Amino acid sequence: MYVAVKGGEAAIENAHSWLDEIRRGDTDVPELGIAQIRNQLALAVDRVMAEGSLYDPDLAALAIKQSRGDLIEAIFLIRAYRTTLPRFGASRPIKTENMACMRRISATFKDVPGGQVLGPTFDYTHRLLDFKLAAEGSAEPALKVPAQTDEVKPHITSFLNDEGLIQSEPQNDQTPPDLTREPLELPASRALRLQALTRGDEGFVLGMGYSTQRGYGRNHAFVGELRIGNVAVEVDIPELGFAVEIADIEITECETVNQFTGSKTEPPQFTRGYGLVFGQSERKAISMALVDRALRWKELGEDDTGAPAQDEEFVLYHCDNIQATGFVEHIKLPHYVDFQAELELVRKLRREANAAKEAAE
Amino acid sequence: MSSDYNFAYLDEQTKRMIRRALLKGVAIPGYQVPFASREMPMPYGWGTGGVQVTAACLLPEDTLKVIDQGADDTTNAVSIRKFFEKTASVSVTEETTEATVIQTRHRIPETPLTEGQILVYQVPIPEPLRFLEPRETETRKMHALEEYGLMHVKLYEDIARHGHIATAYAYPVKVEGRYVMDPSPIPKFDNPKMEMAGLQLFGAGREQRIYAVPPYTRVVSLDFEDHPFERGGAQQPCGLCAATDAYLDEVIMDDIGTRMFVCSDTDYCRERRDAGHVGEMGVPKAEDAA
Repeated sequence: MYVAVKGGEAAIENAHSWLDEIRRGDTDVPELGIAQIRNQLALAVDRVMAEGSLYDPDLAALAIKQSRGDLIEAIFLIRAYRTTLPRFGASRPIKTENMACMRRISATFKDVPGGQVLGPTFDYTHRLLDFKLAAEGSAEPALKVPAQTDEVKPHITSFLNDEGLIQSEPQNDQTPPDLTREPLELPASRALRLQALTRGDEGFVLGMGYSTQRGYGRNHAFVGELRIGNVAVEVDIPELGFAVEIADIEITECETVNQFTGSKTEPPQFTRGYGLVFGQSERKAISMALVDRALRWKELGEDDTGAPAQDEEFVLYHCDNIQATGFVEHIKLPHYVDFQAELELVRKLRREANAAKEAAE
Repeated sequence: MSSDYNFAYLDEQTKRMIRRALLKGVAIPGYQVPFASREMPMPYGWGTGGVQVTAACLLPEDTLKVIDQGADDTTNAVSIRKFFEKTASVSVTEETTEATVIQTRHRIPETPLTEGQILVYQVPIPEPLRFLEPRETETRKMHALEEYGLMHVKLYEDIARHGHIATAYAYPVKVEGRYVMDPSPIPKFDNPKMEMAGLQLFGAGREQRIYAVPPYTRVVSLDFEDHPFERGGAQQPCGLCAATDAYLDEVIMDDIGTRMFVCSDTDYCRERRDAGHVGEMGVPKAEDAA
């Protein structure tokens, strides 16, 4: 006798407790602490904060621990938490020119006021496995770099701006729309596009940016400036009548300078792409700037070459990894009913195709 | 059960926003209303749209039923039901007739709904024209202009190639003579049930759309005069309850490919067996209990 499968509930509970057990793993190995993750896997924490759209290193570290290191799962945990938080207000725009830079480089000028600072970068490391780390050897202390000065480091693109060689950004004091509070409608403003890109999947944005370099919407970019460091976040408190600093956050900012020979509407000049990401993520910030620039074709009077990175609808609808992973993975859920309907249809079509074939013979 | 979250998880502001979208949807049957879908604590694709619509509709005195593939005990139905038990403390049921709100994925219950009942559908892709035109900017224009020629051409091409309209589920419908609508991936067998006494609400979380079919609204499955809509359906009665009017799942019984067909609507099947109906592969109720 056939008995329909029951016990979904027990199966789910068992799956959850197995997951808890396997997350902890071998109990002879010390358990990871949140502080360890936050400090020693800091770039993973940064990615979770950036794509989770929530600046909280402790929560991001917790999410990484809970998700067994699956960063998209961790981002999902942060997003689901974030959406329940009340909103007290909006900060003033952060002033990245006042950033306390730990890293600041330019690919367009050899030297610039404020100087170039290499900072803690992988760039010139030789990618050789360091077996000392496996032996838990402690790193040699770094040569102490001069402390970050409070000297203002002006944006390098502003020097081009003085000469009128680079397109100037239109000033706009409108409150930007909020991607997480209003449905996405197209065409999107640049503010909205940048919001989507900064929380977009690093891999997706990287791939899109890369495609522009290989000729799909090429925009001839140089990194005008890349800077990483801390900036103050200020909020106006109406009761006090002035702004107070509520946080100090680490961000990565990238401005590209893009060659542009002019269009029907714009003179020959350099144009810009912009990337801004929570934490340290140069890869993401540079990619974001490339994609931002590619998406600006309309505003600059360029031709639509049909490149994926120029296609706002394509980029914005597919860059979110939480949406993407949900929909891609949902095909593992039960689809018996649809499949049954398809089975019947295919059988019917085959029957008829065979009958037609036999009749022809 | 106590909960740190607001009743039915979402905050009241969000629920109001969703209700406004629902009212607009009811006022314009079949029209897709954009709404600011929230990130839910379950993945997109698992029914976040339906869950948000249910959350916005639920009252403490409601009785909720959740089905997936017609069954109350599939894993995701269990999970969503638990979610609302935990966050809204509403009573739950497996009986279609007892429920005031039914959230469903891929089926319409076999037992006809009555006035006052709400059926909430989980919708993956709300746009019926999406697979003909991938751009949202274009499809919105097509709906605005009531330009559905592309859809009719697709259906015509199916007939020309296969002799039939080769769509077995998510079969497009026209609502109240105006909007072409995706009924969500229900088998086309269920399409005729959409003209019902209950209120039908559709939520697509990832795609940020809500739409609705009010009670007693005309819902017509697209077809041609000389190729009328065919409902399809079972070639044999249910193996357990002998129902001949229900949608059946095909179950593989052994490794030589023996098949059995059983109701996909588990509550309908149970009710029939309780009433004494016995299928070819079932056993009478008394014996089953023993």
